[in-house]
Amino acid sequence: MGMTEILFGFLTVLAIFSSLMMVTSKNPVYSVLWLIVTFFAVSGHYILLNAQFLAIVNIIVYAGAIMVLFLFVIMLMNLNKETEPQKNRWIKMAGAVAGGCLMLVLVAALKDAGGKDDQAQVVAGDIGLIKNLGKELFTTYVVPFEISSILFLSAMVGAVVIGKKE
Amino acid sequence: MPINYYILLSVALFCIGIVGVLTRRNAIIIFMCIELMLNAVNLLLVAFSKMHHLKAAATNAAATAGSDGQLFVFFIMVVAAAEVSVGLAIIVMMYRNIHSVDINFLNRLKH
Repeated sequence: MGMTEILFGFLTVLAIFSSLMMVTSKNPVYSVLWLIVTFFAVSGHYILLNAQFLAIVNIIVYAGAIMVLFLFVIMLMNLNKETEPQKNRWIKMAGAVAGGCLMLVLVAALKDAGGKDDQAQVVAGDIGLIKNLGKELFTTYVVPFEISSILFLSAMVGAVVIGKKE
Repeated sequence: MPINYYILLSVALFCIGIVGVLTRRNAIIIFMCIELMLNAVNLLLVAFSKMHHLKAAATNAAATAGSDGQLFVFFIMVVAAAEVSVGLAIIVMMYRNIHSVDINFLNRLKH
């Protein structure tokens, strides 16, 4: 077992454990912090796959911007363990069973999906570097890139219109 | 690394997100679970793009096959950022109106 397998196992266990903690913690602030740990684990997976641009973007956009926004809103509303709404125990159990059944079906359907020669390239390969992705983004995908700026503008206008007091 | 491992990891993360959506009542936590599901899909897309690249590189060493998958992930992140800004604005507005983020109070369409 080489270094890559050890790293993969560690990052996988970290991602699944922290996402489970995110779902189960009672305090919303702890949920946000565990979700940040999950995002860092996923970024570690990106680095292991040599997708360095996406790893950095994941940390900056998700762990940096989006999670700070979540934390800001939670602290603005002063949510904590006492104000956390509690669901009926049976509904919780039914939700867990439903999710577990979905996972069972997906695993059963996909466990033989990849053959012996379907390997994801780890550590090597340079398509994930910023030079290649940038070249592709600004030649083939330049129109979607420009359209996404319009999307951001409309999202900004929408957030301001929704958020302002009548 | 076999692609099966990545498929199983993504399925696990996605299902944890679904369980979170079904079992929690706090609207913000539900929103965070949706972000987790988006991340699981992103991870699988990157793994598939690297698998595709490995196969293309076997015949042509200078191939850039697979970069589309990673750009797709980039656009998913762009859309997620826009979605979060609007979604959190809606949650803040809901909190201002009913002074709670409990989704069970959002049943006015029922009456």
